[in-house]
Amino acid sequence: MTDLIADRWLLDRPNSYIGRSVPRPNAPRLAEGRGAFVDDIETGGRTGHAAFVRSPHAHARIGSIDAEAARAAPGVIAVVTGRELAEIHDPWVGVLSHLQGLKSAPQYALPLETATWQGEAVVAVVAESRARAEDAVELVKIDWEVLPAVTDAETALDPATTVIHESLGDNLAWRRNADFGDIEAAYAEADHIVEETYVFARHTGVCVEPRAILADWNPGEGQLTVWHNNQCPHMVQNILATHFRLDEHRVRVIARDVGGSFGIKVHTYADELATVGLSLLLKRPVKFVADRLESFLSDIHARDQRVQGKVAVKDDGTILAFEIDALSGIGPYSMYPRTSGIESNQIVNLTGGPYAFDHYRAQATVVFQNKNMMCQYRAVGHPVKCAVTEGLVDAAARATGMDPAEIRRRNLRADDSYPCKSAQGLPFENLSHQESLAKLLDAMDYDALKAERDALRTEGVYRGIGLASFIEVTNPSAMFYGVGGARISAQDGATMRLDARGNVFVATGATEQGQGMEAVISQVAATAVGVPPERLKIVTGDTEHTPYGGGTWASRAAGIGGEAVAQAGRALRQQILRAAAVMLQEEAENLDIRGGVVVERASGAERIGLDEVGRVCYYRPDTLPDGFQSELVATRHYVPRQYPFAFTNGAQASYLEVDVETGFISLLDHWCIEDCGTVINPQLVDEQIRGGIVQGLGGALWEQCVYDSDGQMLNANMADYLVPMAAELPDMRCGHVVSPTFESDLGAKGVGEAGTCGAPAAVMNALNDALAPFAARLTDMPFTPQKVLRALGKI
Amino acid sequence: MDSTVEIGLRVNGERATRRIEARMNLVDFLREELGLTGSHVGCEHGVCGACTVRVDGRIVRGCLMLAAQADGADVWTIEGLSDTGEIRDLQEAFVERNALQCGYCTPGMLLTLAELRERNPAASRQEIREFISGNYCRCTGYEAIVDAFEMARQRQGGPS
Ligand code: FES
Ligand code: FES
Repeated sequence: MTDLIADRWLLDRPNSYIGRSVPRPNAPRLAEGRGAFVDDIETGGRTGHAAFVRSPHAHARIGSIDAEAARAAPGVIAVVTGRELAEIHDPWVGVLSHLQGLKSAPQYALPLETATWQGEAVVAVVAESRARAEDAVELVKIDWEVLPAVTDAETALDPATTVIHESLGDNLAWRRNADFGDIEAAYAEADHIVEETYVFARHTGVCVEPRAILADWNPGEGQLTVWHNNQCPHMVQNILATHFRLDEHRVRVIARDVGGSFGIKVHTYADELATVGLSLLLKRPVKFVADRLESFLSDIHARDQRVQGKVAVKDDGTILAFEIDALSGIGPYSMYPRTSGIESNQIVNLTGGPYAFDHYRAQATVVFQNKNMMCQYRAVGHPVKCAVTEGLVDAAARATGMDPAEIRRRNLRADDSYPCKSAQGLPFENLSHQESLAKLLDAMDYDALKAERDALRTEGVYRGIGLASFIEVTNPSAMFYGVGGARISAQDGATMRLDARGNVFVATGATEQGQGMEAVISQVAATAVGVPPERLKIVTGDTEHTPYGGGTWASRAAGIGGEAVAQAGRALRQQILRAAAVMLQEEAENLDIRGGVVVERASGAERIGLDEVGRVCYYRPDTLPDGFQSELVATRHYVPRQYPFAFTNGAQASYLEVDVETGFISLLDHWCIEDCGTVINPQLVDEQIRGGIVQGLGGALWEQCVYDSDGQMLNANMADYLVPMAAELPDMRCGHVVSPTFESDLGAKGVGEAGTCGAPAAVMNALNDALAPFAARLTDMPFTPQKVLRALGKI
Repeated sequence: MDSTVEIGLRVNGERATRRIEARMNLVDFLREELGLTGSHVGCEHGVCGACTVRVDGRIVRGCLMLAAQADGADVWTIEGLSDTGEIRDLQEAFVERNALQCGYCTPGMLLTLAELRERNPAASRQEIREFISGNYCRCTGYEAIVDAFEMARQRQGGPS
């Protein structure tokens, strides 16, 4: 395997910042309230503010639109319908060719004929303030012809059910069947086959900063500038150019501070494209900032899966096979450009992932319905596949009378079995399931905790312990989206430049929504060049000033963006040393850069400061020999090629108490052992895990978009949609195993989604452990007190 | 009917007088009229706490108070508290402990913690958690925020 081992030059650099909790360069200004979020950007008095007439119905034909009164209202600049906007843009269809058979209908910035979910933007009003635009929205009259709403995924394909898009023939968006090994033979060999159904409610991102866009079309220049709180500025640049028939270099997308995203702000939202269209039509800046109601009704929702699972196990605990049948309703369109099939695809690809088994069968069915659209949200598919897998493993443990930790030990892949392939054929490079589980059990003092649980049970206190092992997809290659035709960059670039005072400018295609990207980039850049981080300026989130890159999603920014920075930093160091060598009449190989100074490699003796190198190269090139031209800018790009994804792994545990009188669940403790390869910044890694765990806990215990049978969302506000708040959460303990990827010099994999992936499974298993004395089982998230009481037969 | 009112108040120690629409809430006034964009808007219905500002010595939700109600009041925002240095120790602890990620909830969180330290300087971890339970943070999971409060307190010689 040695040929696979990357050169670890970066980790061996003197004064390395890799592995240190250096603070984030962008944090102080955010702590002082001096951020630059989209709604903070001012484009002057001509700026129009958009508000939308949104469909009050889940499914209705748009009849005549009477906008007279709205147009005459004070402060109104324009009222614009879908047909008017359609003249200046082309619709999009959210499909990918590698999700074979996935279909969707063309979607416009504002619909032309039919509104297909409650909250869909239908008519735009632009006024001199958002308040005035909202006033005028109330005055727009639309003749609605209400159509039957398709809301239940279970019946969406029934012949009697209304077809949402007649042109598609039915409500089936996609179906995938997968069959590996010989599942019937495995069932014949098994001593136990356990079946269970798991339900995952729809929930959503609830970023504290809502979606926002400010578009400024300057017809004189032929230039569109868009401030947008999106994770992928280059992707947005391409989409806006494509659908508004512009050249890409005439579109500049700027994503400065973003108030959380988690996958919410990575999609093509129709109301945002409408805002861009309004700026083009009206030839002035137009801003749209979603309010919270609009956010609940139009930010993508996620999960909404019903999964029937089956596990086949022998008496000795050997797991032979998993089988799943998953159903998901994704709303009326597949989201563009990532599609709404990926969550189901991940579930098919990743179920059973931590375990060594050979037989697998899966079906995933994805249907259209008249609810808000669903798409990728933090840990796409992972919380579902993890809870299904870990729920089934616990079920297998019960069937065989085995301890949940023991059955995992017996079935988790051996740490010396890599590289290898999953039952589904996905390649695993370098994982550590056994060591992670061992560390977890040690960290939680598993046996003592079990003894405590058992002792308390005799006193009528019901506590449970839940375990969950997991794999996570990170560092995606072009196999994720590019191969299916989406113009989403899997590669990322970095440009670094020495300035005349010896400081270094770093521009990266990766972006920041709070993960700490700027710190990670600064650590890698500082280490690769040999300067302290305070001598760096990091630039992100601007298509005009950063190399082409994918942005931040699927836990890729550190592993891919960071590697590009490592390579650019090394190249810049070599270029600087070449210039220094000329000045010092020395061989470049004998020199290095440490602490911002060119030193003698062997002794570390200081030879010349970077400020002096910069001064001479920029201002006194006349003193350098003829024929030597210094080059103090370096650009490098990186994309993983050997593996489609750098899988990470880990294990989580939850300890909780159930009040069997009220149904309330108290979270007492939570542990996570994670293996993301090289840890660039331990503190940032742990805080990604903690934040991720809490998002997972939200889905497990509180969060749900509640719809009635007419497709009306009943809790589209923060008082009724429950998010995790500080008082009900435990402190969380994190630990690490380090198995670097061999594909990059940095060796870092992603970590952003691990917490969210494993937390719901751990909580579900802990809850059922707590309820074991009552023979009550819950597998329908969120686990509300009401559901607990119902399972206990108390209501 | 004239739906505007004239208000005069002190914001971060400076006088401000404006004629505004009577329906304008305080956080919009601060952001749009005074350019103080450090106070954020997350829900506009009093749940998320992103708009928290200090009015006459007490924290309020800037989205639930009309600007007109603040006529004559003494208002402090994150910008003002940063400039006076009153919460510098908390801010430093937030940065050091990474108690902010995206930073959108942070100004409101800091104003809330500044009030907690007046009211209950020795607050336990659970009391800290309860006091900030009207401030929603999607990024951090809150633990680092509790740690940062304790860290700042310890540095001032208080309990850890
Ligand atoms: S914006 Fe005021 S509490 Fe959310
Ligand atoms: S730091 Fe992002 S919401 Fe709190």
